[in-house]
Amino acid sequence: MDTALHILSWALLVGGGFFCVVGSIGIIRMPDAFTRLHAASIIDTLGVGMIIAGLMVESGLTLTTARLGIILILVFFTSPVAGHAIARSMRHRNVEPVLSEDRTGEGK
Amino acid sequence: MSMFAVAAIALLVSLGLVLVRVLKGPTIFDRVIAGNSIGTLSVLLLAVMGYVFGRPEFIDLAITYALLNVIGTIAVLKFFRYGDLGAGEDEAGS
Repeated sequence: MDTALHILSWALLVGGGFFCVVGSIGIIRMPDAFTRLHAASIIDTLGVGMIIAGLMVESGLTLTTARLGIILILVFFTSPVAGHAIARSMRHRNVEPVLSEDRTGEGK
Repeated sequence: MSMFAVAAIALLVSLGLVLVRVLKGPTIFDRVIAGNSIGTLSVLLLAVMGYVFGRPEFIDLAITYALLNVIGTIAVLKFFRYGDLGAGEDEAGS
């Protein structure tokens, strides 16, 4: 049982680290700010969720698990708020997304 | 190598990659997005480092940093949207 929990914790930590690296590569490689926001939300959901879950599995039923749960709830509620504020602020400042098709109205 | 060290190295690599976007970012919003991600990754790194060094009390620091992170992001965005931290919704328009 202990070995199974260690394997589960290992898989969750490595998976979370993988998704954090993927989100960071997305923040560098994506063409405009809206798609970079989309890549950043990978870190906020899967990266945080899997790494915190791995640490919770490792520490068992202790006070540390409760603290990790507080971090998880906090990030899950605040990071969509921050992302929504960034996108709304970009629309307010008339930042235009990069589109693959022409939508300026002149036609082809 | 322990699994916590592997997760910590992955988080450090992610921090380095996001820092490139903070330095390069053409607009202010790219920098804010990357700065927000750096805050989230720092929370994770603090939590993992507590386990690497065998001192899980570091998680309290991570909770504090998670609270400060979102407030900092909202403050910077409000400043760049209205040009004033005290402006309300009705006087500046939405």
